[in-house]
Amino acid sequence: MRDMPACGNVLFQIFIPTTPFRDKDMVTSRNKSATALDVAKTSVTKSQETLSREDGLDFLRQMMLIRRFEERAEQAYTEGKIGGFLHLYIGEESIAVGAMSALEPDDDVITHYRDHGYALARGLEPNKLMAELFGKETGVSKGKGGSMHLADVERHFWGGYAIVGGHIPLAVGLALASMYQNLQRVTLCVFGDGATNIGMFHESLNLAAVWKVPLVILVENNQYGMGTAVARASAVTELYKKACAYDIPAERIDGHDLLAVYQAVQQSADKARRGEGPQFIEALTYRFRGHSMGDPQRYRTKAEVEKAREQDPIQRFEQKLADLHLATQEDFEHLGQEVNATIQEAVDFAESSPQPEPADLYKDILVPEAMEAP
Amino acid sequence: MPAKSYRDAIREALREEMKRDERVFIMGEEVGVWGGTYAVTRGLYDEFGDKRVKDTPISEAAIVGTAVGAAMGGLRPVAELMTINFSLIAIDQIVNNAAKVHYMFGGQITAPVVVRTAAGWGQLAATHSQSFEAWFASLPGLIVVMPATPYDAKGLLKTAIRSDNPVMFIEHSRLYGVTGEVPDGDYTIPFGRSDVKRTGKDLTIITYSRMLYPSLSAADKLAGDGIQAEVIDLRSLRPLDMEPVYASVQKTHRALIVEEDWVSGGMGAEIAARIGKESFDFLDAPVERIGVADAPLPYAKNLEALAIPNEQQVIDQARQMVDGRVQGRRE
Ligand SMILES: Cc1ncc(C[n+]2csc(CCOP(=O)(O)OP(=O)(O)O)c2C)c(N)n1
Ligand SMILES: [Mg+2]
Repeated sequence: MRDMPACGNVLFQIFIPTTPFRDKDMVTSRNKSATALDVAKTSVTKSQETLSREDGLDFLRQMMLIRRFEERAEQAYTEGKIGGFLHLYIGEESIAVGAMSALEPDDDVITHYRDHGYALARGLEPNKLMAELFGKETGVSKGKGGSMHLADVERHFWGGYAIVGGHIPLAVGLALASMYQNLQRVTLCVFGDGATNIGMFHESLNLAAVWKVPLVILVENNQYGMGTAVARASAVTELYKKACAYDIPAERIDGHDLLAVYQAVQQSADKARRGEGPQFIEALTYRFRGHSMGDPQRYRTKAEVEKAREQDPIQRFEQKLADLHLATQEDFEHLGQEVNATIQEAVDFAESSPQPEPADLYKDILVPEAMEAP
Repeated sequence: MPAKSYRDAIREALREEMKRDERVFIMGEEVGVWGGTYAVTRGLYDEFGDKRVKDTPISEAAIVGTAVGAAMGGLRPVAELMTINFSLIAIDQIVNNAAKVHYMFGGQITAPVVVRTAAGWGQLAATHSQSFEAWFASLPGLIVVMPATPYDAKGLLKTAIRSDNPVMFIEHSRLYGVTGEVPDGDYTIPFGRSDVKRTGKDLTIITYSRMLYPSLSAADKLAGDGIQAEVIDLRSLRPLDMEPVYASVQKTHRALIVEEDWVSGGMGAEIAARIGKESFDFLDAPVERIGVADAPLPYAKNLEALAIPNEQQVIDQARQMVDGRVQGRRE
């Protein structure tokens, strides 16, 4: 018998625009005891109590790197150097950094088009990422994918996908491949609140649960899908409850609390690795910029955005490090300079890189077939 | 060579490939315990177990998407969609994932997935009698095959399973019982090789899948009237091997396309355009097309029979095209 997640409990209120984030308000609805296949290790967690200065500064550096990357991408977009759609991750950095830090290097990661933060936190080179945004041959996807399609298979980063919800079944398949090959590997699949309304979400959750694949689903509930507020699009506004329909253990966490994200992803990954099947996390967050560049943002007030900015995940983490006496203002400034230099180098690299060759238009459409002699 | 049914030939390919390669597995609705809606996978569940033969919920998007993801992750899935009509639920996964991941990520990712499905009809009415091969054949990044004979089905399915590319393998519900010679054991047929199934000098009939049969029987009858029709079976729709077609038209000066999809925007439109460009100087008559009536498919038997192309239509059209030549010579 599968244990039922605590579907009925209202565990955590959506904070915008009424309830502000509260620290340590992370709630766990998991109540499963570890069963069978207890082969995978239980990871050592990083909590407020055990956080080292080294880890703390590294988490902060990664968030600052993402923030700076996004700011420079925004600038390059307005200068006409980046085209197409550009979806910034500013305000949500704690989720990508917390989640990626909690995984093993060979765990599989697949995400939606708001993917820069995940790519950076997974360790992809800023140079090659910026080059991809600039449509250059040196980009991670050779300039064929752009901002929405960053991937690096060597890092088990299977890419950003731009059809809302379209990559969720791919994640089920990646997880199935791990299970089939008896690999101790989990798949983390990331998408937004809006994607929980599409059919593929429901088909995939159901199939993942039926087959008990090692999958962790991480929903970034940033309150809006483009300009449509969650309550205007989803009959169930506590999105983690949607997992209950498929008997998937689910919880809602404060996505602006990096350590809460880290712990939730780590615990979920451990369970999935142990053979307990798919796990579901809803991380509450807020995007500080428009949906993509050129969004007039008629669907929300400046006051609402200002209120949310009070819970800036970077500032909050700096405060935490200061409160725990792990780092000082001087450290933060030093990190700021470091990431500025890294991103400046990335922009320079992207600018000076060559465009793809015309012949690349027809490259990599199909893998050449092993042809027999006729 | 032993005679086997189209169904058995496909099962034989699946079984041999599953034995040959641990990574090959089957997933789809009713493929396991039931034994396959058209009994193609019968016995495989008992032989290979539920790790290798996976029944799925009625979730076409998840079936194809999960198969693509598993293929990305190193497996060789053969996903079955009960009929091609239901591929519409999965079309986003086929178009936007299977056919795109390799290119869009700069060649890093491959999706060696086979999607098996069946075209066909049989008083099933409008939603269950369709043929969408031309839609899939329009997609760069996808391979589309549609075999007509048991021999071609087995050889092409093996190639599809071993290919590193995503393949739509389109069968036909009314061909499963057709028998033909199929060798035991291993052989493969490469993609993109049209096959001349009958030679002739007066007219080229270009066809694929089930329409091969009315084309061949029409050619038999035409031969009785002294008209020698060459019949070319395309077998693969992408890549499309047109060289044998051009060579044939150069000889016959007449091209008739017989397809079991709607003519408007169908496979024949592409074939006709290519013949028009490459064989323009050799044509003595306009390229003609015979396809399904330009209507949704009806239930009533007599109406359905009117809608599906048949041998007589092929004979009549061929005669008209060839008689035109004969009259022309008399002048
Ligand atoms: C199937 C599909 N429908 C519509 C769109 C257009 N679209 C792109 S992003 C988006 C909103 C998605 O919101 P959410 O899932 O909450 O992610 P967020 O952008 O907030 O991170 C929409 C409607 C799309 N890309 N795919
Ligand atoms: Mg959203």
